[in-house]
Amino acid sequence: MRWGIIGVATVFLALFIVIPLINVFAQAFSKGLVPFFSAISHPDAVAAILLTLTVAAISVGLNLVFGVITAWAITKYEFPGKSLLITAIDLPFSVSPVIAGLVFVLLFGAQGYLGPGLLAYDIKVIFALPGIVLATVFVTFPFVARELIPLMREQGTQDEEAALSLGASGLRTFFRVTLPNVKWALLYGVLLCNARAMGEFGAVSVVSGHVRGETNTMPLHIEILYNEYQFMAAFAVASLLALLALVTLAAKVVLENRAVRD
Amino acid sequence: MKIALHGVTKRFGDFPALHDVDLDIESGELVALLGPSGSGKTTLLRIIAGLAWPDEGEVRFDGEDALSRSVGERNVGFVFQQYALFRHMTVFENVAFGLRARPRRSRPRNAEIRAKVERLLDLVQLRSLGDRHPAQLSGGQRQRIALARALAIEPRILLLDEPFGALDAKVRKELRRWLRQLHDEIHVTSVFVTHDQEEALELADRVVVLDKGRVRQTGTPEEVYERPQSAFVHDFIGESMAVPVTIEAGAVRFAGRKLDLDPQGLSNGPASLFVRPYEVAVVPDAAEAALHGVVQRVHGFGPARRLEIVLREGEREHFIEVNAPRHDTIAIGQHVGLKPRAYRLFAAEKSSP
Repeated sequence: MRWGIIGVATVFLALFIVIPLINVFAQAFSKGLVPFFSAISHPDAVAAILLTLTVAAISVGLNLVFGVITAWAITKYEFPGKSLLITAIDLPFSVSPVIAGLVFVLLFGAQGYLGPGLLAYDIKVIFALPGIVLATVFVTFPFVARELIPLMREQGTQDEEAALSLGASGLRTFFRVTLPNVKWALLYGVLLCNARAMGEFGAVSVVSGHVRGETNTMPLHIEILYNEYQFMAAFAVASLLALLALVTLAAKVVLENRAVRD
Repeated sequence: MKIALHGVTKRFGDFPALHDVDLDIESGELVALLGPSGSGKTTLLRIIAGLAWPDEGEVRFDGEDALSRSVGERNVGFVFQQYALFRHMTVFENVAFGLRARPRRSRPRNAEIRAKVERLLDLVQLRSLGDRHPAQLSGGQRQRIALARALAIEPRILLLDEPFGALDAKVRKELRRWLRQLHDEIHVTSVFVTHDQEEALELADRVVVLDKGRVRQTGTPEEVYERPQSAFVHDFIGESMAVPVTIEAGAVRFAGRKLDLDPQGLSNGPASLFVRPYEVAVVPDAAEAALHGVVQRVHGFGPARRLEIVLREGEREHFIEVNAPRHDTIAIGQHVGLKPRAYRLFAAEKSSP
């Protein structure tokens, strides 16, 4: 019985997770190292990698700030509409990314509510970097806030009150007391946020316009290569994303150990 | 530092936490805010600290308006119930926090900070623990570090929220004695909140008894214990028992019979007769006594031997516990008389809002 259950779990994991993952790397290197490196150093691939890194850096940065502020507001203050805000945080998880992308097209597209106004000032949102960042921020918003809220709620406000009563300013209290208290949860949230930001496909696909070498992120680039039957090149770029997933996983384990030891 | 509160009122939504509280605390006093949970005592402490603001009323420190100042500007030391030590800092850094947080021009130099923190760690008798983290300390040690951290900023007032609430009984007693000594040494005006009457009576110069957001009585431990001014205070402080009686034409009556007790100036109507267990004489001959009942249980031994006696009032039964006479043998089921040597009568309270 015991071995039966363990066996089912193991076989399932191997079949659906481990083998596909190995396959990604196997395909990427199927023609050897040189084609692999030429695939990932192709100008379009390099552009996609750089764009992905830029988008991830900006959106993780924004979500770090907004996530901390939101978690702070929810856990340290009482205000009307608080439960609505808590529900709203989860919205990006329950809405299909495609719809998220469409919302931004509707707002900022050439025929959208705000698009023509912005275009008059030569600000292009859709089919450009700002749109991709907006879509990514929307989709990855919950990660940081969701990691922080339970921890900050559990810790309450006493530490902050103690710091204030000892004469510390609000900023000092935040950087010396609040932030160190949640640092591991915050890092973990950032890590998950980053992984998702780099891997996001649906929402970005809608707003990006798929301009090669300009508005293609890594996932979009992979899809295009695949559709053009360049399987090896597609898997080469995909292997980079897979590597990111593995690094995230390892970092998660390290962080959890540190958090437990603290 | 003298603290004066006047007409302090605070509501949380519909719940009135404090109602028109007036209170004066003299410089150098050690005052206990005593009351059951929900009596508003912690809210009052937080208002003095500047961690909460009253809806109405004023708070003055030495005559100065304190409400226009934030908690950081009031220079109060606050010791939290769960200590609120900064878990990622060493004990040393915890105590030094208030000194390092000062604006640059008034911030002491590092050597001075070190010397001062070590002096404080000596004061709380934990000098050797400076390098530890709070998680490595026992509850009593954390409590003392929290106190050292609060004292580091040389507070004008020391405020303690249930300072011994989270400790076990033995540590609690020790720490209580130690805190009293410390106060006698440094003489900073101190206010602590407690729901434990023993703690309040033993430690404080003056006790403020709170109930449902109102101050019920203020006085020395002896005054509130010996001369309670209301049924609530009599009931809440010290062991006490109440028997419902009625006052009729200048006489106290129980179960329709007239008792040989003075009505203490109460006017006609329902009242409660309060006695303490050691102030009731048990007389074997029931007929001559005013109150009488049947012994239902005997428990304890030696000087702590107690009798549980049932008084009948028609269908209703009232239980009363008294110290047993030292040498008489009283059996369960025996009919005895009860003569209070000291007692208090309070008019029955109309159910207050």
